[in-house]
Amino acid sequence: MQGLYTTPKINVDVNGVFTHTNAVDAYRGAGRPEATYLLERMVDLAALEMDMDPAALRLKNFIPSFNGVEEEGYQTQVALQYDSGNYEPVLKRALEMVGYEDFRAKQAAQNNGKLLGIGFSTYIEACGIAPSAVVGALGARAGLYESAQVRVQPTGKVSVFTGAHSHGQGHETTFAQVVADKLGIPLEDVDIVHGDSDSVAFGMGTYGSRSLAVGGSAIVKSIEKVLEKGAKIAAHKLECAVDDLDYTEGKWQVKGTDKSVAFGDVSLTAYVPHDYPEGLEPGLDFSSFYDPTNFTYPFGAHVAIVEIDKETGKVELKRFIAVDDVGNVINPMVVDGQIHGGLAQGIGQALHEVADFDENGQLINGSYMDYTMPRADDFPSFEIDRTVTPCPHNPLGVKGAGEAGCIGATPAVVNAVIDALWKNGMKVKDIKMPMTSERVWTAMQEHS
Amino acid sequence: MIPTSFKYKRAGSIQEALTMMDEDSKILAGGHSLIPAMKLRLNQPEKLIDISKISAIKFIRQDGDNIVIGAGSTHYDIAHSDIVKNGNPMLSQGADMIGDRQVRNAGTLGGSLAHADPAADWPAMMIASNAIIKTQTARGTREIRAADFFTGFYETALHEQEIITEIHIPKLKANERSIYLKFPQPASRFAIVGCAVIASVSEGAISDARIAFNGVSEYAFRDTAVEQALERVLASEENITEAANRAAENMTILSDPFASEKYRKHLAKVYLKRALKEISK
Repeated sequence: MQGLYTTPKINVDVNGVFTHTNAVDAYRGAGRPEATYLLERMVDLAALEMDMDPAALRLKNFIPSFNGVEEEGYQTQVALQYDSGNYEPVLKRALEMVGYEDFRAKQAAQNNGKLLGIGFSTYIEACGIAPSAVVGALGARAGLYESAQVRVQPTGKVSVFTGAHSHGQGHETTFAQVVADKLGIPLEDVDIVHGDSDSVAFGMGTYGSRSLAVGGSAIVKSIEKVLEKGAKIAAHKLECAVDDLDYTEGKWQVKGTDKSVAFGDVSLTAYVPHDYPEGLEPGLDFSSFYDPTNFTYPFGAHVAIVEIDKETGKVELKRFIAVDDVGNVINPMVVDGQIHGGLAQGIGQALHEVADFDENGQLINGSYMDYTMPRADDFPSFEIDRTVTPCPHNPLGVKGAGEAGCIGATPAVVNAVIDALWKNGMKVKDIKMPMTSERVWTAMQEHS
Repeated sequence: MIPTSFKYKRAGSIQEALTMMDEDSKILAGGHSLIPAMKLRLNQPEKLIDISKISAIKFIRQDGDNIVIGAGSTHYDIAHSDIVKNGNPMLSQGADMIGDRQVRNAGTLGGSLAHADPAADWPAMMIASNAIIKTQTARGTREIRAADFFTGFYETALHEQEIITEIHIPKLKANERSIYLKFPQPASRFAIVGCAVIASVSEGAISDARIAFNGVSEYAFRDTAVEQALERVLASEENITEAANRAAENMTILSDPFASEKYRKHLAKVYLKRALKEISK
């Protein structure tokens, strides 16, 4: 609820509501989109009420940067402690991409029967869930660690059994990159195994943008164990002390010499231990569990530019700019894909999607003939960029990217519609989502 | 999502299809209206007679001052026909606005007309174009004016065991212009308001306007009140707006979660105004 702002006091009232409509479960972002919507709508409304620029109001109130290493994490007024953050650059970069100053001039000059509006959303979210003790204290009946088994085969190829499940998130790619990079072996030598409870150790799964931050960290822990044991085998083969070895580019090398032994040779030796360190178990196969010490806190600045048809109320999204900071990035294309999908979902919520019930609780739009699933032609090309503020408390420095898009996008679009109306003399404070053409038209009728 | 069980027969000719038909059968053409309705069990025919492979009703040709379109022509065929494009551009524009690519590739003109969805795109275009719908029964053939064809909510002038075979559409006259504009329902992309206009414009004045709507009321209709209001008036912003404000007067206006009665009527006015402005440019 604190967002990116140095808010001295926060009071939150939460009302629970029982309904007899469809049961719902955690939806992408679960909790953060709602909090972000509330906060970011309030900030834009405050700017309009004070006749202040919404970007300037945000920049004025951002929490100063802190990296979570030399500087401590930021203690919010609502229990959570942010891990690391540098908020100004994301908004400044977004404004630069928008061409903000020119935009306001263009907005004032617009005269084509369409109302032009811009909306902002500078969000923060909590990912990488979560320290088991914390969620236990909050009433969760599960621990939120993740497991990973790294099994090095005698051939030097590596199988990774992860408790995180990939159903389109690209773990097979991203996790394999982490392993290949840490071990200095080819990507194709790494096999990621997930989803088969016959072969995978206990895992907590994929949600809360946690797979890489928690599951990836568990993999790193197992890799460290592999390298530690591998070094003992390598030292035996090279007739030196473990401390004399460096591990680079897939081999152990005696410091200051060209004597080395490759990862594959050590792997084979681990399973054919004829000439082997005394007392060391054969095999190269480790399991680890990683329980994070804190949540991770990705953040970003989203900007929507819309045009509203004066006569019909139809909203057209003209541009969407997203600058996100998800910590370190392992695979840019996978992260871009996650952001794009999230944006489509967040914009869909703002403009199109709803489960519509009649007064008897009957769902009345139960097919795609009536449920407006957003489609490619509903969107402009997304303009995205990133800044990188590493997470200080997990070994990969990653924060999570799976939900960012749909957390930031929704209020940005609503704010843009409100801005378009407000700047044209219609002081509409709110339009219920989804902002269908008729709802926007009705709001315009009531305020003109 | 699973239809009730039904028999399927493929007809090699219209003649054969007519002999196969009985009270419990339905004609299957492109299947893009009937099949979804069957999946939702809104329609439960015992027998489907597939006419989609009858090549004799898949053609677009010119016959004197008429464009003649076989009932089995797909929306895609019509959108990409030079005969249609040159003869009445609204029809190719409108065909390209129907559903999505998959629907346009399979759905047919005859199927859409016979189904008579109030929000389908073809009916208003056919009415404004003065189209003649030709049909065949076991006893012979019949011609029905498009303006008389749509009689109610999913209801047409077609009798039992009567099949649409071809549609005759007069080519535009020298000073006539045509346009179809629609405000689509965002999920299905059917028309919340579809507005088809053909009119002569000379020396800045509109005459002989034919205006039809779909999506607005229980069936597609011709709006003669507006046509009269426009007769021989100067195509000024003021005159157009005044005439357009009379759109869909005295009609029952549909209402659904995407557009209330009030909003839909407003859209009909806006879209008619836009069509008239565009046509008199």
